[in-house]
Amino acid sequence: MLLTALISGLVLGGTYALVAMGLTLQYGISRIMNLAYGEITIFAAFSAFILFSTFGINPLLGMAIVLPGAFVFGYLIYGVMMQPLVSRSSRTGSLEVDSILATFGLLFVIQGVMLITFGSNYTSYNYLNFGVNVLGANIAANRLLAFALAIVIGGVLFLVLTRTRWGTTIRAIAVAPASAPLVGINVNRTARFAFALGTMLAASGGVMVSMYQTFNASMGVVFTMKALVIVIMGGLGNLMGALVAGLLLGLVETFVATYVDPGLTLASTYLIFLVVLLWKPAGLFGKAAGR
Amino acid sequence: MTRTIIGFVLVGLALLALAFMPTQLGAYGVGLLLGMTGYVTLASAWALFSGPTRYISLATVAFFGIGAYTVAVLSEAMPYPLVLVTAGLIGLGVALVVGLATLRLAGVYFVIFSFGLAELVRQLVTWYEVNVTGTLGRYIFLPISATEIYWQLLGLAAITLLIGWWISRSRIGLALKVIGDDETVAAHTGIDISRVKLALFAISATIITLVGAIQAPRWTYIEPAIVFNPTVSFLTVIMALLGGANRLWGPMLGAIPLFLLFEWLSANFPNHYSIILGLMFIAIVFIVPRGVVALAEDLFKRARRKEAAQ
Repeated sequence: MLLTALISGLVLGGTYALVAMGLTLQYGISRIMNLAYGEITIFAAFSAFILFSTFGINPLLGMAIVLPGAFVFGYLIYGVMMQPLVSRSSRTGSLEVDSILATFGLLFVIQGVMLITFGSNYTSYNYLNFGVNVLGANIAANRLLAFALAIVIGGVLFLVLTRTRWGTTIRAIAVAPASAPLVGINVNRTARFAFALGTMLAASGGVMVSMYQTFNASMGVVFTMKALVIVIMGGLGNLMGALVAGLLLGLVETFVATYVDPGLTLASTYLIFLVVLLWKPAGLFGKAAGR
Repeated sequence: MTRTIIGFVLVGLALLALAFMPTQLGAYGVGLLLGMTGYVTLASAWALFSGPTRYISLATVAFFGIGAYTVAVLSEAMPYPLVLVTAGLIGLGVALVVGLATLRLAGVYFVIFSFGLAELVRQLVTWYEVNVTGTLGRYIFLPISATEIYWQLLGLAAITLLIGWWISRSRIGLALKVIGDDETVAAHTGIDISRVKLALFAISATIITLVGAIQAPRWTYIEPAIVFNPTVSFLTVIMALLGGANRLWGPMLGAIPLFLLFEWLSANFPNHYSIILGLMFIAIVFIVPRGVVALAEDLFKRARRKEAAQ
């Protein structure tokens, strides 16, 4: 029981961490507070479902279709919606408020499209749905696969961002957006790229969620909320923080669901959020004061 | 001074006229008027706090739902006025907890917290109802007619506007304007930022809770999915933004046309409702970020300057 909960918690946490990493890229680097983030996750989950049930494409291959699609979508959205707000905010300094409002509108648009296209029912599909014995605990194979994927994608991203020149460029913007242009960084292009990359991560989380969980068209808000809480806990723009906080949240949720009540998982998320806000507003790993 | 008195007299006459409207209209008209007054109050109350501070609150429906649910739970145990007071107090309590936790920090934390608050309250109420009381839905049998609800809402709307007017003329209103422009400057001029923000948020949230409580008898049957519908938060924000959250009459001017438009949309395009809403919202953020009232003032000023130049 305890071991099962522990491993399921880590699996869930892995997906959360991945989703939160995308959000931290979008907020930390592109400076866009994206409230429609969870809708992308759910949209990707539905896409994986359609690909699997209608076309018989398994979710692993499906990712090869969904992820580039999400990247392009993020790239276009940034160009069409966010770019004008960014250039406007250089005068008014209201990018944060504007982006919150614009993406709040986007949330309803995407949700509406999903409700029309996919309906409002809970959806799930059977993929690798058999038990695997891990250290004596029985875990579904699809969950293990999702966890492995989260580790691979998260690990590659982490290496790229910390070890390559291009990753350093991105982090430079997160640290000092005003000084980055002085060393020849094209902030605009990099921000757009980071936003698209974040959208792709949101979609990858969605494909994973679809493998082992039921989902419906109005669940996006919950994912956005959890990703936001993780990002705040880990410290804005901090990838390592997002990873640790994501795993932690997954563990806490699974333990609450197992030992207390499944109906109280969101409440536990909120409780953690409150504690972090009161105790360390800059995040568990943050150094500077909160923005 | 005379201008203020004339203004008050005019507003008072308008209120009287509005109060007589139900006698001239059928049941549908009264329902429409009631819903419109409800949203005018919601948008004005929202703008009380979010307008000057620029802290976007997405938690309108959390308080609205708390109000409605309190009435549903207590309507048979207490006399009606006492139920309303209790609902207001619960809303105030929740607002104080949320405000104390988040308003000391940067605005983004508040937005995030308010973003999920409705969902949290909805899940908690659902959990409580399923596990403790064993029922999910509740019936409200109160002998209150639509016209009476409308009068109560009209009164609340008037009080909200009065509070807004009073705040804009008082020291606290000045303090709020400074906070909205630059928090650092506000702190240095000796304004207790957190306390001002908290007080405003508490007032705004209490009014929103009361709107939910007053409208509750209209539904007869209530369950969490109905009263915690996120569309309410969404409509409130879009209405206040369209009119202009920084002006006293702005939210009202945004609420009336949008409410009628949404009524028409939900009757004619029920499936595409939320897509149209979302697109309109984005359009408003892009085209009239400060609201139509501010836009009209700008145009007026420009026209006068041109006149002066000639």
